[in-house]
Amino acid sequence: MTDFDLTILLASIVAGAAPIVLAVLGETISEKGGVINLSLDGSILLSAMVAFAIAYQSGSLFLGFAGGALVGAMMAAVVGFFSVFLGLSQVAVGFVLTLTGRDLAYFLGNPYARLYGPQTGLLPIPWLQDIPVLGPIFLDQSFPAYLSLLLIPFVWWYLYKTPMGLRVRAIGENPQAAYARGTNTRSIQFWYTVAGGLLVGLAGATFSLCTKTGWGRPQGAEGTGWIALAIVIFGGWHPVKTALGAYLFAFLQIMGIHFQGWWPSVPAQVFQVAPFPLMIFTLIVMYLAQRSSAKTSSRASPWLRGMVRILSGSSPAGLGRSFRPE
Amino acid sequence: MGLLPENSRPKEFLLEVFFIAGGVFCLTSLVLLVAGEPPWPAFYHLFVGALGSWSKLAQVLMVWIPLTLCACGLIYSFRIGLWNIGVEGQVVAGAIASTAVLRFGVESGSPSLMLVMAFAAGILGGSLWATLAGFLKTKGGVNEIFGGLGLNFVAQGITLWLIFGPWKRPGVGSMSGTELFPESLWLPTFLSGRFSPVGLVVTVLALVVAAWVLNRTRLGLALKGIGSNTRAAYLHGLNPNTYFVLAMGMAGGCAGLAGAFQVTGVYHRLIPVISSNYGYLALLVVMLANYQVWGSPWIAFFFACLNVGSIQLPIVLKLDSSLSGIIQGALVLTTLLVYGLRSAGARRKARRAGG
Repeated sequence: MTDFDLTILLASIVAGAAPIVLAVLGETISEKGGVINLSLDGSILLSAMVAFAIAYQSGSLFLGFAGGALVGAMMAAVVGFFSVFLGLSQVAVGFVLTLTGRDLAYFLGNPYARLYGPQTGLLPIPWLQDIPVLGPIFLDQSFPAYLSLLLIPFVWWYLYKTPMGLRVRAIGENPQAAYARGTNTRSIQFWYTVAGGLLVGLAGATFSLCTKTGWGRPQGAEGTGWIALAIVIFGGWHPVKTALGAYLFAFLQIMGIHFQGWWPSVPAQVFQVAPFPLMIFTLIVMYLAQRSSAKTSSRASPWLRGMVRILSGSSPAGLGRSFRPE
Repeated sequence: MGLLPENSRPKEFLLEVFFIAGGVFCLTSLVLLVAGEPPWPAFYHLFVGALGSWSKLAQVLMVWIPLTLCACGLIYSFRIGLWNIGVEGQVVAGAIASTAVLRFGVESGSPSLMLVMAFAAGILGGSLWATLAGFLKTKGGVNEIFGGLGLNFVAQGITLWLIFGPWKRPGVGSMSGTELFPESLWLPTFLSGRFSPVGLVVTVLALVVAAWVLNRTRLGLALKGIGSNTRAAYLHGLNPNTYFVLAMGMAGGCAGLAGAFQVTGVYHRLIPVISSNYGYLALLVVMLANYQVWGSPWIAFFFACLNVGSIQLPIVLKLDSSLSGIIQGALVLTTLLVYGLRSAGARRKARRAGG
């Protein structure tokens, strides 16, 4: 392997991770408000299909992205309505939607399979793209990649530094207390779920219009929704850390493609599937290591305990429970 | 336990069934119209494709057996309040284990003993895979949904590795799976090699055992107690962690049996998609059956009809076969909606009466 270039590798990670970062941030937003949107995998596929179909028919990428975002928001709205307003199990509703969304995408997307449609090109930023190393990695990317890069600090700032962010987190931690303080818990939970779904829909559109262009059965985005969900859980519901998880997964996927070139005797399917168990394995090992180190270090010194707590992060305490104002 | 309230009067029940059926019909027709297809031919071909001949019915039963076995296992894990989404991987683990035994058995003299061993290995394999998720939850604090999901990916990875690596066909490995076993190692079947009476008997037996264990034994009571109130059960002297792992083990055993059946009775080899999504589908079956043992086989039968009926849709109508999944999903969603609206209405009524 001689043509290995770190800059190109990093640039392709930033590009390839764009949809996963969007999905992960969307899920973080809704889970911070206490709602698990388990429909991620199906939402991503359905919005990818719709985005591609719209862009193909209209020739407009903008309409494609908008359509994808709308589909993601609608799927999240179903999860939100069933769980927040009807008090049904979030996991049950989300799981049904995952399967149904995938089947809907395959069924309705059948006429659009294996067509060549519009796709996003690179939008290098004038002058700045010539900065060595940083230029090619961050400033010579497509629109969704820029969006994902900008959204990471924005979501962090919004959740941790604004009054609105504080309010959502308060609801996610303890809906009863937030309700007692006079917050309209249910409608806020619902709308943050929808907002999260919007980002998930954009993630789907990014798949079919930017990173794995086109539609087919399979599209190539299958399973990433589940990976995104796992990244949010094991990334401790922190926007920056979950985004790092997304980059790690993109790295694994790209390495899979590289390895394929190195060992042509091993079939391609193995490399396509391998990043998924590898990612889950890494996440679980990291999670378990953090837990055990949290236990031992808290015995050693309170300083270390604080450090580990910052690193590990904990779930919003009200996550997954539906709240009834009585 | 369960998210659907059980108290409902016959008249209301009929009304709800009518509403659900109508809702599913409208939703599915809508999807078909969006796809630019008239709904009637699609429904007609679904029906004929599933029940049009004895051979089709045998095919439905062939799907019904693993689906019901998975559903049967899921009832154990749901009873204790666990979302065993790893059932898919447990089917695969069972299939791998029974393939391993059968590969060994190709040389041995008594095929029937080997078949029994293959089933035992399937149960054991699925069970071990499930207890792994159970221990991840109890020892590691990893939520069973994500532990199970991760193990699904791992099981899929191992299958591919085996098919392309150590167990590959002589020559070159391919997506079509490992080499076919000799016919002496096939489960005996009737009706163009699709319907296996042994599978049917085993499945009914598994249902009877599940009903007995869950409703008539101390173990069943313990699972139910922990599922409805973990803390109270703990204070009563039950160790929830032990039962979590136990329930997962039993659920995985049933799923592993389904995997063994897929290998011995259906495909006669290990293929990459050996689980055929039956694990995920079984989760929907159990939800619709309101987490009860005796509701599951009927719903599994209906789902199996849809799956088999949709196979010929691509040939006859140029439609994707995922229509069956859309109908199944719409059915579960409308059912959830009806029960959700009803319990929300009941809450409102209670509040008004109380206030």
